[in-house]
Amino acid sequence: MIEIENVHKSFGALKVLKGIDLTVAKGEVVSVIGGSGSGKSTLLTCINGLEPIDSGRILVDGTEVHAKSTDLNKLRRKIGIVFQQFNAFPHLTVLENVTLAPRKVKGMSKSDAEEIAVKHLNHVGLGDKLKVYPSRLSGGQQQRMAIARALAMSPDYMLFDEVTSALDPQLVGEVLDTLKLLADEGMTMICVTHEMGFARDVSNRVAFFDQGVMAEIGPPEQIFGDAKNEATRKFLSSVR
Amino acid sequence: MFETDLSLNDLMFLAKGAGVTLAITFFAVTGGTLMGLLFGVIRAQIKPWMALPLTFVLDIFRSVPLLIQLILANAFQAIAGFGISPFVTSCIVLALYTSAYCTEIVRGAIEAVPMVTRRAARSLGLTWGQDMTQIVFPMALRVALPSWIGLTLGVMKDSALVLWLGIFELLKSSQVLITRLQEPMFILLITGAIYFMLSFPIARLGGRLERKWKEND
Repeated sequence: MIEIENVHKSFGALKVLKGIDLTVAKGEVVSVIGGSGSGKSTLLTCINGLEPIDSGRILVDGTEVHAKSTDLNKLRRKIGIVFQQFNAFPHLTVLENVTLAPRKVKGMSKSDAEEIAVKHLNHVGLGDKLKVYPSRLSGGQQQRMAIARALAMSPDYMLFDEVTSALDPQLVGEVLDTLKLLADEGMTMICVTHEMGFARDVSNRVAFFDQGVMAEIGPPEQIFGDAKNEATRKFLSSVR
Repeated sequence: MFETDLSLNDLMFLAKGAGVTLAITFFAVTGGTLMGLLFGVIRAQIKPWMALPLTFVLDIFRSVPLLIQLILANAFQAIAGFGISPFVTSCIVLALYTSAYCTEIVRGAIEAVPMVTRRAARSLGLTWGQDMTQIVFPMALRVALPSWIGLTLGVMKDSALVLWLGIFELLKSSQVLITRLQEPMFILLITGAIYFMLSFPIARLGGRLERKWKEND
């Protein structure tokens, strides 16, 4: 379970998160929507401790992420994150990209790590690209590799930060299909997304962020059908 | 048609000088690169104002002509009674000189690795050290290599200046032969050719590595 309690965060004078409260249960898929600069992506990087927070707290399975005593490298093993930019490691093959963390972080043998990597790469449809370098992959393939790379650590939670935003339109579908597959398998996911169709079809709950505040959260039918908040309605009408 | 008094012995004398040049270059570049790595990582990782003293010292080594550094260092060590040989003094000064340039190469190459890539590595649970060794260094190496090769070749040629400390490296050896044989053009031509033969493999090695890496990009 991920518990976010009254989290505040600013970059210099700019307040990005102004008291966010959100609890995500095991197996739940929560989509976060909202305009740019609303703090959606920052929240994700705070959850796995890539960014410090100013106040409040974030608990992952009861472990406080920003406590001094928390071993972040250990905690991050159970929180996978995929970013908007593909972030392939360009000097490593697809297979090496995926086996790196299991080998170095979990201390797995090369053959064990490769077995897991091949499984996940097959899963995302890249089973025939093992020895290829990322530069030879399309954006969609690189993004699916990034997903496989995160999954190879067998995380309990997956965070997706606008993973389709940098893709050509015809490549968005293949990545969204991968996310749907994951959701169907019961992965706990928080997806920051601009894909309203995805948010509506796949999520259990949809959260709308507006200028650092979670203006509204509810089941997709309610958010897309009968939003209570004026800002939510305005945003949804602008993206439709 | 062409006559010279240059004997096989003289050529061996030049070869010995070339050996000294190579040795000084090797120690200077090895030491300078290790220090440059350390200083470059420090410069890239800590706040600029915290690295200010280091930056200042390195700037001195980059700005003062090498010849002055060599002569001053040799004089100081003599006055202080360290009893360090000119060869070791030369290696130390050249290593510091190399490190000053190498630091900037390393810093620039590290900063060329996208922050988002490093975040992705850390988000997988890699420690700072693992991120450095597995992701940052391999990626930075590709950026740094051409400049580093250039630096190495430059240091090899600059090492000729140690002749002012009485070291018989390649150029000094050629001067001795010129004085004795009075055939400056011919001997300098040979000396130049030897410098070229020393540099060429290093330059080619760099080119080969770059091509090999480019295949993946």
